[in-house]
Amino acid sequence: MEILFNIFVQPFIEMFTAPDLLIQVLWEGFVSGTLYALIALGFVLIFKASGVFNFAQGIMVVFGALSLVGLYSLGVPAYVALALCILIMFLLAATVERFVMRPLVNQEPIILFMATIGLTFFLIGFGEFVFGGEPKLMITEELGLPTGSYDIEAFGGLIILQQIDISAALIAGAMVAALAVFFNKTRIGRALRAVADDHQAAMSVGITLQQIWVIVWFAAGIVALATGIMWGARSDVSFALQIIALKALPVLILGGLTSIPGAIVGGLIIGLSEKMLEFYWGPMLGGSIESWVPYFVALIFLWFMPQGLFGERIIERV
Amino acid sequence: MFYRENGQFKTSYAADQAVFPILQDRIALAALLFVLFVVVPFTFSDFWLNSVLTPTLIFALAAIGLNLLTGYAGQLSLGTGGFMGCGAYACYKLTTIFPDVNIIILIFLSGIFAAAIGFIFGLPSLRIKGFYLAIATLASQFFLEWAFGRIAWLYNYNASGAIEVPTRTLFELPITGPTATSATRYLVVLAIVLVLTFVASNLVHGRIGRAWMAVRDMDIAAELIGIRLLRTKLLAFTISSYFCGVAGAMMVFLWLGAAEVESFDINHSFLILFMVIIGGLGSIIGCFMGAIFIWNLPILLRSTFGGLIDAATVEHISFMIVGALIIFFLIVEPHGLARLWQIAKEKLRLWPFPY
Repeated sequence: MEILFNIFVQPFIEMFTAPDLLIQVLWEGFVSGTLYALIALGFVLIFKASGVFNFAQGIMVVFGALSLVGLYSLGVPAYVALALCILIMFLLAATVERFVMRPLVNQEPIILFMATIGLTFFLIGFGEFVFGGEPKLMITEELGLPTGSYDIEAFGGLIILQQIDISAALIAGAMVAALAVFFNKTRIGRALRAVADDHQAAMSVGITLQQIWVIVWFAAGIVALATGIMWGARSDVSFALQIIALKALPVLILGGLTSIPGAIVGGLIIGLSEKMLEFYWGPMLGGSIESWVPYFVALIFLWFMPQGLFGERIIERV
Repeated sequence: MFYRENGQFKTSYAADQAVFPILQDRIALAALLFVLFVVVPFTFSDFWLNSVLTPTLIFALAAIGLNLLTGYAGQLSLGTGGFMGCGAYACYKLTTIFPDVNIIILIFLSGIFAAAIGFIFGLPSLRIKGFYLAIATLASQFFLEWAFGRIAWLYNYNASGAIEVPTRTLFELPITGPTATSATRYLVVLAIVLVLTFVASNLVHGRIGRAWMAVRDMDIAAELIGIRLLRTKLLAFTISSYFCGVAGAMMVFLWLGAAEVESFDINHSFLILFMVIIGGLGSIIGCFMGAIFIWNLPILLRSTFGGLIDAATVEHISFMIVGALIIFFLIVEPHGLARLWQIAKEKLRLWPFPY
């Protein structure tokens, strides 16, 4: 009985007696949800256009953030460093296309997936070789991002909203909007969708596959850079960040591998459920259930919708 | 010139279906086994036995386990580390509860616990496919990691949270724990790995293996020809986790001597996935090649460059080289080292003539 009480009654009593805490937890969930969504967005971009499940997205986040901090510590002004980082991301995209994607065209998905894991290892080694392995501080203030917090008194408590979190949510929203416009309104965006739909048909109407892939990896690189700045500002920049890429997997799967809105909705569902379960139900299980809860949430959704919430329904034929 | 099958006629169905149809292959295998069992334990140094041969064999067994699931049955799994951990913790608890039972029996038994966990996490595989299924196995990986760290009963309420291997003997000879020599441990590992390789080879060459491959190639078609999908997939999960569990138990008891949660983390899952892919999906000999390659490459790099530059840099460079080599191998031969080996043998049959 006590267990049932702890599961079904106690958490809700806590929620109603301390609504300020509830709002704080919801806010935390919302913020981490948007950040998960940003990483998942990078995955979706590449998966849509090339069918590659890009495991290296996580390390691209770290790599972008590290090169920004590294360039700044060399004395480059913050905004110039940011521009240079975007250039680095472009070079990375072009290199990956030339040396990984192009020779592996038409291979099975699992081979391409493994190649991106190989790329991850390479980038980890390269990043540590160039920038060193120790954690670094993100140059938040230098980039003009706010660092303070709004303390709102409500429901007899204090709700703390970090300004960096608010700007992270805003930037995430802006990026999603920009990508939506890019995909739907521009010429390149239409070409991208054509490639996603059918490689061969796209090639036969004169779309260059290689070019499209560079653009897609570049877009994913910019998303990674933005994610890296935001995550870096919340904690610090280190290789431990790449573990968040694994957190983005349930988000991605939950939303459906090919859907941009899916990434957003999935991110919010995972972020909110993770924080809520951790805060209200976690102590009963011994804490730190954040590490596996997202996967189980995703599994429950998948059980009912095997292609994710917004994924394409696949009709299988023999 | 010496590798010819001229004059070796197959006169029975059994001979036609043999795993090693060519006499020279069988001789080479026997010679290799003789070297591994008799020559190696007496001539190789402790470093070789402890850091090279024993771990390679153990990882090869885990790779076989994963290959049964991913390479033969076509179900992608990222939870190998967790299943290995199941075996290790199960073996630890079993030997605590039944200290008098022979440790080798316990190692074989502990795989059953891993198999049970694998069965449970294999259940979603009927509805969820491909990369979506990777989530189910990741769920198992992270849940098990969490459980190993949180459930104190699993590590006998040790203050350190680690499991320490007690000394256990076989015919009065210590084979686990600090007093066991590396040669004995190596021999035990070798024997267990060989037995299980034999089992795996028979599985994949038989009815079960054919059912797995049918499911891998197209599960709807397999269902139409009368293979029961749920049963076949769950069998693959169960047997695969059994192999991984035994590998995990051996890893702790016969190699590391002590282990923590970190010994079974996601990186180990990836390490073994690498071995399978580099070695070749759907090939048993490929698992050994993959394990030899992936495990020993960093050791080779370290011993080559070790004196020249500092240790951290070597570590970074070896990461880069491993990553680049993985991509290189995937580009050159997506079917892995096993395929290269096969091509080499085909060429050798004709050598030195062009055709």
